[in-house]
Amino acid sequence: MNERKNMLHVSSNPHIRSASSTSGIMMAVVLSLLPAAGYGIYHFGPRAIAVIGVTVAAAVITEWLFGLCRKKTTITDLSAVVTGLLLALNLPVGLPLWMAGLGAVFAILVAKMLFGGLGQNFMNPALAGRCFLLISFPKQMADFTTEAVRLGGLSWDACTGATPLAALKAGESVNVMDMIVGRTGGTIGETSVIALAAGACFLLLLGIIDLKVPGSYLISFIIFTGIFGGRGFDPVYLAAQLSGGGLMLGAFFMATDYVTRPVTPKGQYLFGIFLGIMTGIFRIFGPGAEGVSYAIILGNLLVPLIEKVTVPTAFGCRKGGKPYEK
Amino acid sequence: MSEKLLQKDRPAERLYNGLVRENPTFVLMLGMCPTLAVTTSAVNGLGMGLTTTAVLMLSNLMISCLRRVIPERVRIPAFIVIIASFVTMVELLLEAYIPSLDKSLGMYIPLIVVNCIILGRAESYAYSHPPVASFFDGLGMGLGFAFALTCIGAVREVLGAGSLFGCELFPESFTPISIFGLAPGAFFVLAGLTALQNVLRGRGRGEKASSDAPSLPEGCVQSCEACGIAGCPGHGTFYDVDGKKQTTGRGGTEDEELTIIELGEEDK
Repeated sequence: MNERKNMLHVSSNPHIRSASSTSGIMMAVVLSLLPAAGYGIYHFGPRAIAVIGVTVAAAVITEWLFGLCRKKTTITDLSAVVTGLLLALNLPVGLPLWMAGLGAVFAILVAKMLFGGLGQNFMNPALAGRCFLLISFPKQMADFTTEAVRLGGLSWDACTGATPLAALKAGESVNVMDMIVGRTGGTIGETSVIALAAGACFLLLLGIIDLKVPGSYLISFIIFTGIFGGRGFDPVYLAAQLSGGGLMLGAFFMATDYVTRPVTPKGQYLFGIFLGIMTGIFRIFGPGAEGVSYAIILGNLLVPLIEKVTVPTAFGCRKGGKPYEK
Repeated sequence: MSEKLLQKDRPAERLYNGLVRENPTFVLMLGMCPTLAVTTSAVNGLGMGLTTTAVLMLSNLMISCLRRVIPERVRIPAFIVIIASFVTMVELLLEAYIPSLDKSLGMYIPLIVVNCIILGRAESYAYSHPPVASFFDGLGMGLGFAFALTCIGAVREVLGAGSLFGCELFPESFTPISIFGLAPGAFFVLAGLTALQNVLRGRGRGEKASSDAPSLPEGCVQSCEACGIAGCPGHGTFYDVDGKKQTTGRGGTEDEELTIIELGEEDK
């Protein structure tokens, strides 16, 4: 044993390895989403648990079944759990459970596994699932006033009725404090800015995400809404726009997805700016009040192009990629 | 099926070829525009398919009869004139006798003129084969197209509207998945059925065929017969779908360059 210890370890490269693993990162993302999920359950009642349970189970089972067909199991990397959880946080609590499950199946099967599984998907699976449901069931997906919401254990006046963004769009005034705490209507995980911020800080501290994409996303969104929103740079309006809808959830948890964001730093800034502008366009000029999901999905589609124009100059090369001549 | 029945260019072989072996939708991926646009219901798919079949049979027959008369240099305009005449006839007939179908297919009936299946069969088959074989080639291809469109339409109708051929299948409480009635649903269903078709065919052929058969020449996705693009270096020899080499009379010539451009444009 001792002899063995003293032997030099010879191996091929890479020699510098990171201790992080896919499942570790995914676990951290799940943990960081727990505050938002917990608040959603507290706010919307036990039915939220059912929605989360169904989407997570459907996502994991789909991935497992697909793995069985391909004779290769990938459920241990926990990415299906993240997809299921993210999708659930993007759904209204009153959505029929079979629809929630169908969305999760679509997210994993069509958006992820058919394109080659984790790392090959060109689009954020959870958002693909949400958009599939948005197009398929527009009425149910926009229904934030169901019985289920009111059954939420404790009663709030604010949690039934239109989402704050819809009210904002209709020109009504909204209580920003309520929006930051989360005492409003909306999807399960998007209402509480505080809970989302806690999760985001956790990921930032661990170094799993950085501020390049979310920062440029939020700043460009603020500038765009300030210019085109019709109310100038009114802090209350901007705060309401920032904390309303899925912007926080999208910016910190979905736009930062390793697979579907650009790799290059410059590209990440470009990506964030594009998302901010698109979200602003959808929210201000679009027919609906919300536009984060479509903005991120459109951004995902542009990632290959963004990466093409932001290839960094390699060491020893001039700009444009040609090496220096001797 | 017996060997004799499936001899090359026999009517039965042509039918089998169009319906299964070189199904225009699931194998050749031709005529995608009407395939994706009109298949919102099974009836529409069937109507479009049968209309195309009628035009395809007649135009193939006519072009094959006239193949020694039409000069090679102006054959594409000649094909278009023949096809357009038949499309006009069919369109007027539809308008007179089945106005409801004519209304629901709308613009896509006149667009049959530029359907790449029809032009493709004219160029790659009817122009170089005798009338009877060409007629059955058109029939087989048309029925294959109609079959495919009906399948896609049926799946989209069941999922997207909860009905089949107009009959409600589910109780009132069922919420149809409306994305399948929209454009994305057309792509999902087409891709799904094509994959299913590949699985079924792959099983039928087995692994031996795929390893033994010589592969198609580099750059060719389909057999020469199917691709219809003339003027490629390998065009003097035909490759059929299984990759078997077959010789043919017509080789690539200079002015066939023209064909490539025109075939590319008609897809718009």
